Amino acid sequence: METMTRRSWLATLGLAPALGGAAAWFESKGLNRAEASGRRLSPRERIQRNHLPNVELVTHEEHKVYFYDDLVKDKKVVINFMYAQCEGICVPVTTNLVKLRKMMGDRVGHDIFFYSITLKPEEDSPQALRHYAEMHHTGRGWLFLTGQPKDIEVLRRGLGYFYRDSADDADKSNHIGMLRYGVEAKMRWAACPGMANPQHILRTILWDLDAPELPKAQSTESGFAQGERT
Amino acid sequence: MHILKWREPQLARIARRNRQEILKAGLTRRDLAKLGLLSASGYLITKAGLSVRAQHSCGPGVCALGCSPPTLPFKDPLVIPPVLPERNPATDPGFQPPPTTAPNRAINPATGIPFEGRTQSHQFRDRFPPEKFFITRMAPNAAFKFSEDPTNLVRIGPQLIWGFNKGGADFTVDPALTPGPIIVARYGHPTLVRRYNALTGSNGGFGVPEVSTHLHNFHSGPDSDGGPCDPTTGGNSTDPLQQGRFFFLGQYYDYFQTLARAGFDTDAFRATNGDVRETLTTLWYHDHRVDHTAENVYKGLAGFELLFNDFDTGSETDPAPAFRLPGFVQGFDIPLILNDKLFTPEGEICFDTFGLDGLVGDKYVVNGRLQPFFTVQRRRYRFRILDGGPSRFYELFLTNPLQPSMRIPFWAITTTDGNFLPRPVEFPGSYSRSPAGLRLGVAERCDVIIDFKRIWQLFGSPTGTLNIWLENLLDQTSGLGPESRLLDPGEPEGRNALVQFQIVGPTPASDPSFDPQPVAFPNVACSPNDCIFTPICLPPLPTDNAPAQENRIRITRTFDFDRVNGQWVINGRLVDCSQFRFAVQRNSAERWILRNGRRWQHPVHIHLEEFRIIRRNRNAVTCGDVEFGRKDVVRLNEDDEVELIMRFRDFLGGYPMHCHNLIHEDHAMMLLWQVAATGDNNTQP
Repeated sequence: METMTRRSWLATLGLAPALGGAAAWFESKGLNRAEASGRRLSPRERIQRNHLPNVELVTHEEHKVYFYDDLVKDKKVVINFMYAQCEGICVPVTTNLVKLRKMMGDRVGHDIFFYSITLKPEEDSPQALRHYAEMHHTGRGWLFLTGQPKDIEVLRRGLGYFYRDSADDADKSNHIGMLRYGVEAKMRWAACPGMANPQHILRTILWDLDAPELPKAQSTESGFAQGERT
Repeated sequence: MHILKWREPQLARIARRNRQEILKAGLTRRDLAKLGLLSASGYLITKAGLSVRAQHSCGPGVCALGCSPPTLPFKDPLVIPPVLPERNPATDPGFQPPPTTAPNRAINPATGIPFEGRTQSHQFRDRFPPEKFFITRMAPNAAFKFSEDPTNLVRIGPQLIWGFNKGGADFTVDPALTPGPIIVARYGHPTLVRRYNALTGSNGGFGVPEVSTHLHNFHSGPDSDGGPCDPTTGGNSTDPLQQGRFFFLGQYYDYFQTLARAGFDTDAFRATNGDVRETLTTLWYHDHRVDHTAENVYKGLAGFELLFNDFDTGSETDPAPAFRLPGFVQGFDIPLILNDKLFTPEGEICFDTFGLDGLVGDKYVVNGRLQPFFTVQRRRYRFRILDGGPSRFYELFLTNPLQPSMRIPFWAITTTDGNFLPRPVEFPGSYSRSPAGLRLGVAERCDVIIDFKRIWQLFGSPTGTLNIWLENLLDQTSGLGPESRLLDPGEPEGRNALVQFQIVGPTPASDPSFDPQPVAFPNVACSPNDCIFTPICLPPLPTDNAPAQENRIRITRTFDFDRVNGQWVINGRLVDCSQFRFAVQRNSAERWILRNGRRWQHPVHIHLEEFRIIRRNRNAVTCGDVEFGRKDVVRLNEDDEVELIMRFRDFLGGYPMHCHNLIHEDHAMMLLWQVAATGDNNTQP
């Protein structure tokens, strides 16, 4: 019943969930299916395994989701970390993201998805995040996410919000200043400062998310000779 | 074969013996698993004594320092990249449509996007019409071998890289290579390089198939500089096709090089097409796609460009005034690009696109091969050594592994950015601390002369082959920067060796080349007015009161590099591709003070024209120092303050200053500035 609720709700957002038994396939840090069968992991699977854990999260609208399967797989995403009671730079970053969301218009929620993940899951309940979202008029296509502290920690490190120096790593403000964005299926991942000029953020993100690709007929694995054809 | 510090000799000895036995037995990973030598996490059991390698838990697919599979050094001959062939633009189908001064923005019906990625006209092309034409194509090579040795191939098999080819349209006969072909150019012969993007959208886990090829250190117009981004192109459009710097699958981009020296559009040097003292020598080209430079360069998009001239002619037999340096045409002038890579335990090259600090690899790769060997004659060679990144600093020494404590000299003839020194400098030991090798940060290049005859004599003229290692003894395990301590020379298995030189006899080879030893510092005292490589002497420094505008320091600007909220800032401000931070006046000079924060080290690169490092932490950089000359990268150590003086001549338009730790660069440690008719007075931009 829980799953049905989640699916039907995701469908309304245009977030088509991966169905079937894949939901938790590398959730338990043990062997995954590829390893169990002795198959070498594909690059995309390696990125999933090392960086995009399929942890269970709860949205600010109290829906249960799996990070990889439901939120990232086959999608173009913009991700940041924050927490609701943050006095420091969370607000300017969120304000910047609100501007970015406006500049992207209807695309947010259709082909680009925003995810703000709490760094303090123990104090940020879905209700607290909902309050934060409403306060900032974040709008549709933008989920605020909380979950089990251990899962959030795995997610934070996986997404590269991590510093080798333990003091740096413990300073939450170090994790708030960066936006992570990517096109999961193309294995394109990048980052930019969340407090940069929103015009800069918009351009560099769209340069990645909208990078044109040639029609299949024009492209081969070995590349092709172009230009001189005409 | 490994780079990590060796902390526990006893355990390490056991480990080495174990590993050698495993290697000797030719066991594969599957065999090891069967024998129970693999841990539950899928990697070598540390308790079996193989712990010198393991820092992380090296499970399948993990991309981390210490997790690359073991390999054998010195199994592959050094690969010398081919020279890119010239093409006839009138007849070569690759030059259809023909190159034009204005960008060719017509839509290519075959792709539906503009033929050319460029959006700006070539500056000064009418004055310097191109004479030499080249084509190269960036493409995937799905079967690149980092080693051809059978044992190594089991561990690191043929795999996908991206590279540059020799310009042919058929990749089955003209495959993409890394490093790419050497572009050989000559002053006075303007050159046009057409680069095609024939990459593919399937990247194998990292790399983006859009490219901007920077010719590092050349005095280029912004149209041909290959920079990251520019607010004046595309009118700040969000359309990737309009931004005008990087170009796309199915497009080409014509890069134009005046092959004129800096100053060519100033009164003093207009008649001579620039100041001969501004001659550039060893350059490299590499991808500069904004936000993705590190992964694209790491994937292979880099190569050398060598500039010759009437003095550094490329031949060691030319009459004076030629320098007669060990000859490129004779095969004694060898470029070496140093890289460090990571492989998954399964042997696939990997790159952490989510990492922020920097990528430090555990496999040395030189000219695309794992720790190659190079058979040399008993004579002098010129090596152009480049730190190709992505993040590692090097300190280079020559070592005889049988007598590792013996000091083996070699000579730098250029600064660490490939420009002639006023006097050659002997290494090791020329820095204040001793012994000190040749220190390079990412993108720095040094031309050195190694005299293998002298080395052979140094070790008593042995019969048979004498092996000498080019070693990096600088310890580094993170992107923050290297440790202060040097590693011991000659560690077993060549773990810190980049190349093994195999000196063969019996008869000494003929050697008409220039010998730096009798004129090198400290064998000969230096003076600021030295000029061993006349007429490529040090240009006079701009001063605060010079009468001519291009010689006068118009403004002093300071730049504080720091990290706030986990993000790189310069003067407290973040990167911005949508506006220039400040305007420099064309044909003027400026003083820039660069200050670094704590804990991090950065090789900072400034495009357009070179600078001189005047002071480092208030100490003057003096003659005898390998940095006493023209530079385009300055290494900022922790808390360093450096004073630079540089000119901004000839071209108008936008350029970056950025950290050349490629991961820092991609995480926005960059600012954009422009050369304009009128400069601004912003002292802390």
